[in-house]
Amino acid sequence: MSQFFTTTVLIATFASMIRFAAPFLLAALGETVGQRAGVLNLGVEGVMLLGAYSCYYVTLNSGSALTGVLIALMVGAVMGVVYAVVTLVFHAAQGISGIGVFLFGLGFTDLLFQKQVGTPISIDRPAEFSVPLLGSIPWIGEVFFQHSPLVFLAFALVPTISWMINRTTFGLNIRAVGETPDAADTLGVKVNSIRAAAIIIGNSMAGLAGAALVLNTGIFQQNLTSGQGFIAIALVYFGAWRAFGAMGGALLFGLVSAIVTQWKTLGIVAGSTSALAAMLPAILTIVVLVLVSKRIGAPAALTRPFDRAS
Amino acid sequence: MGAQGRISGGESQTLIVNRILRPLAGLVVPLIAVAAALAVGAVMMLLLGANPLEGYRALIGGAVGDSAALADTALRAMPLMLVGVGICVAFRAGVINIGGEGQIILGAIASTVVALALPDLPRIILVPLVLIAGAVGGGFWGAIPGALKAYAGVNEILSTIMLNIIAAQFLSFLLQDLLIEKGENGIKIQQTQRLSENSHLPLLPGGTRLHLGVLVAILVAVLGYFLLFRSARGLRLRSVGHNPDASRYAGMEVNKSVVEALALSGACSGIGGAVLVFGSTSHRLIAEGGAAGFTQSAGFNGIVAALFGGLHPIYTIFSSFLFGGMLTGGVDLQRELQVPSAMIVALNGLIVIFVVSSLKLQKRLAARWEVQASA
Repeated sequence: MSQFFTTTVLIATFASMIRFAAPFLLAALGETVGQRAGVLNLGVEGVMLLGAYSCYYVTLNSGSALTGVLIALMVGAVMGVVYAVVTLVFHAAQGISGIGVFLFGLGFTDLLFQKQVGTPISIDRPAEFSVPLLGSIPWIGEVFFQHSPLVFLAFALVPTISWMINRTTFGLNIRAVGETPDAADTLGVKVNSIRAAAIIIGNSMAGLAGAALVLNTGIFQQNLTSGQGFIAIALVYFGAWRAFGAMGGALLFGLVSAIVTQWKTLGIVAGSTSALAAMLPAILTIVVLVLVSKRIGAPAALTRPFDRAS
Repeated sequence: MGAQGRISGGESQTLIVNRILRPLAGLVVPLIAVAAALAVGAVMMLLLGANPLEGYRALIGGAVGDSAALADTALRAMPLMLVGVGICVAFRAGVINIGGEGQIILGAIASTVVALALPDLPRIILVPLVLIAGAVGGGFWGAIPGALKAYAGVNEILSTIMLNIIAAQFLSFLLQDLLIEKGENGIKIQQTQRLSENSHLPLLPGGTRLHLGVLVAILVAVLGYFLLFRSARGLRLRSVGHNPDASRYAGMEVNKSVVEALALSGACSGIGGAVLVFGSTSHRLIAEGGAAGFTQSAGFNGIVAALFGGLHPIYTIFSSFLFGGMLTGGVDLQRELQVPSAMIVALNGLIVIFVVSSLKLQKRLAARWEVQASA
């Protein structure tokens, strides 16, 4: 354990905390937007897998990670359209249809990976970008200011999403249809259009989260996300449906993942004990859910479909 | 006379609606959903360069081609049925149990530990005992999210998924550590020793691989039906699922029902874990290809079977055979046309989406027929 508490290792661990937090953060921010509009999307995990695979495949074949990321974003948006139709037009139960999206993403990416790639090949991870001046600050620079552009984007989206929800007309409409859709409808807000937009934003960000994940690992495998999309949903509760709250949760889970990974690298946990260590994020999620269960602020119309006739 | 005739005419029309048209609407719409999913599957195969007709021929041949294929289908259906019946109980009680995977694993662990501890018990005692141990293990793993939901307000979908991850890692830990087969050679395979002969589920006559587990699964489904639809407890569970506030007002214990539903649901999956171990050809707990390799993802596929069976335990028996057949046939699809059997998982996801999307349609259809009949 002593080899863990050295300056070099600790700084590397904190730097990977930021890197590991990015996929959680992107997915949780997107889910926050959707839930504020009153739609629970449990398909995040599946959309992340689809985003991760498409980013991986496109980057592998085009050599351009940027193209891969854009395709992942588009795949997420397409899944958003599908989910919007399923929940808003057909009023499918939001809990269980999300599990359908998860199973589809799990099976479909596995199918494509086996058929199109077969043997796992690494993709080139995008070069890390060091912020001028800030990146050269000792310790702090390495932890916060030397990352791939997608990591910076994830954190830049926190104030952006917060501003969008709280300070724009669109955000006001999102909150209105998530709290009192009937009242919003009376005032002429197109409830289902706003919800559809929120779902598409949320799923696009889940697609991006998948891209961020696969660009971290550099390789795709079956069930790459291993529950991270579901954890991201828990982070929305943890963050009390606020963007900055979601960031706090993402950093916490980024830290746990970074520590577990570092322990494996250093051999502090190996074999059977690494299996025990791998339980930590899931146990932490349950603990977090218990702690925030009394949290107030859930959108009043969450999971309730809107139908003017009824 | 005329008035009486009108009434009886109306009654017979109501009878037609209730007894024929409604179940028909309940049957037609899911079948359309499956047809739609199969159509998407055909497009997938085309895109992957395989002939869909040959693909589905291989799939059907692999599922029901001969007696060995049929036996494999029944064996694949067995865990789906057990998980599926549990899903019927949970969903009817208004709790969404996604924790079948973890509950299967805990059932398998508990039953394995019993078989390791008491290997010399006679078969007539040990076989029921390992099944009960499986139910207890799975029931315990189901009661945790139940209690978390009832008394701490934790969303059961998220907690059951997290408990799946914990169970999978726990299994991996046990098979590398406490329960690993003691061998002289240095190769460490993640498996227990071969379990006592007395714990093996007896084979059914007929010369196939079919064993007692299939009958156990069907029995559990029938018991599940009586529990849900023919008992006071079932009425309470369904009432709580239908309207928790009204049930509480009527004096029912809502929290207790939530825990009970998830524990019962987990117990069914736990029995599934036990039959997977003691009905396996290797007769040991082995996690080849990870935890999902052991569970065959039945914890998820069982949800699909239960939804497709209209959350009715008896219909779930039949839908389990349908999906068991798809999974068995998927192996042939992979072997003959090089279409990875992961396609079946993707199709299952689509079927879930299509089935839950069609419920509103189904209700409208039934309502329209009702209006026409009463008009």
